[in-house]
Amino acid sequence: MKRVNVLGIARMIARKDLKVEWRGRVLVNQVLPFAALVMVMFAFALDGDDLLQRAASGLAWMATVLSMFVVISRSFLVDTEDGALDAMRTAGLDMRGVYVGKSMALFLQLLVLNVVLIALSLLLYHVSLTFESAVLLVAIVVCATAGLAFVGVLYGGLAALSKGRETLLPLLVLPVVAPVVIGAARATESAYGTAGARVGEGWPWVGLLFVFAVAFAIAGLLSFPSLIEE
Amino acid sequence: MSVVEFADVVVTYDGYPALAGVSARVESGQIVLVRGENGAGKSTLLRTIAGLMPIERGSARVLGHDVASDRQSVRARIGMLSHRNGLFLELTARDNVEFWARCVGATTSDVDDALDRMRLGRELSSTLVSRLSAGQRRRVALASLVVRRAELWLLDEPHSGLDEQSRADLDAVLGDASRAGATIIVASHDTDRVAKFAHSTITLVTGRTVGS
Repeated sequence: MKRVNVLGIARMIARKDLKVEWRGRVLVNQVLPFAALVMVMFAFALDGDDLLQRAASGLAWMATVLSMFVVISRSFLVDTEDGALDAMRTAGLDMRGVYVGKSMALFLQLLVLNVVLIALSLLLYHVSLTFESAVLLVAIVVCATAGLAFVGVLYGGLAALSKGRETLLPLLVLPVVAPVVIGAARATESAYGTAGARVGEGWPWVGLLFVFAVAFAIAGLLSFPSLIEE
Repeated sequence: MSVVEFADVVVTYDGYPALAGVSARVESGQIVLVRGENGAGKSTLLRTIAGLMPIERGSARVLGHDVASDRQSVRARIGMLSHRNGLFLELTARDNVEFWARCVGATTSDVDDALDRMRLGRELSSTLVSRLSAGQRRRVALASLVVRRAELWLLDEPHSGLDEQSRADLDAVLGDASRAGATIIVASHDTDRVAKFAHSTITLVTGRTVGS
């Protein structure tokens, strides 16, 4: 038998996860409406333009994190409900490839979610962008989404094999992604110009988000195989 | 050449000795029936061969590798069908078989051949697995196994949930794979059926081999 290398497995897994999403349309039919509803509810709860504009960046990222749990749970449910993850393990598939593939698929799904939520926050909370702030916003979304995806798959894998995974996942993930939410919210404030923040002030936060994403990519590659094995 | 060589293997599960000193030898190209009552250790034996159970004592070599220290090399060369089918329920039957085909670099015609062998025609193969019956899902799992062309097949109750025609198809597939050089170990309660084409039998009683 010819064996496929780590990148080949990553491509197969990402393709499989995206195909499952394409067929089920859970992101489009359930997660996006849920996230949009959360944003609208925040708008109602914080009635007042000043307050809304100050909170807009944090609200968008909190809605992303809350919605992310649905996407991660579903991603691992597909692999565990009939023992497919076990079958992959038994077949000797390199679990680093599985980690990278699932992270790629989650990254793309969260990217779609983030683009919609950011657009919604601009509309709902009356924020306008310049070219420089739009560039910053793109960098924030890419780095923060990558960080969330790497953390999400690492802890999603751990929770998937445990009892009570629905409640365990948020308990495990929320404290770990706190730096991403804080960094992304602060950087987005700079992009939105909230309370006089300048675009230049957002770039150090992007640096933090980038370092976080790289650190968790490495941590995931090293620990995901043994997490699944044990 | 011996594909499986177990000597006095002990495996405990939650403190209970699931295998309490199993010794067995399986030669290349053989079809071997593993028989025993419920809880005798049939599934545990297959899982131990696949490197999924920690070995407490004894020596276990599979395909020339020590299972305890080199399980990844063993797993890359085996195909296992357990009680669960290991399928992605929200993909079609064909998607599932193609996934496993890509893992081993098999071609589209290999996928078509595997689907044909398990009588999964165009309509069934393009149906989501979640909408198939239990027997049809089992056939998809077997097609996924066929396409991988593993050297060692570990099958746990492969006939369960299949109708008579599908059982006969499976028997034919196993015969062909054996003739092509694969070694097949089948744990089954359907002993009369498997014994007809098995070359040898391993009998387990409360985690011990009593005959071979």
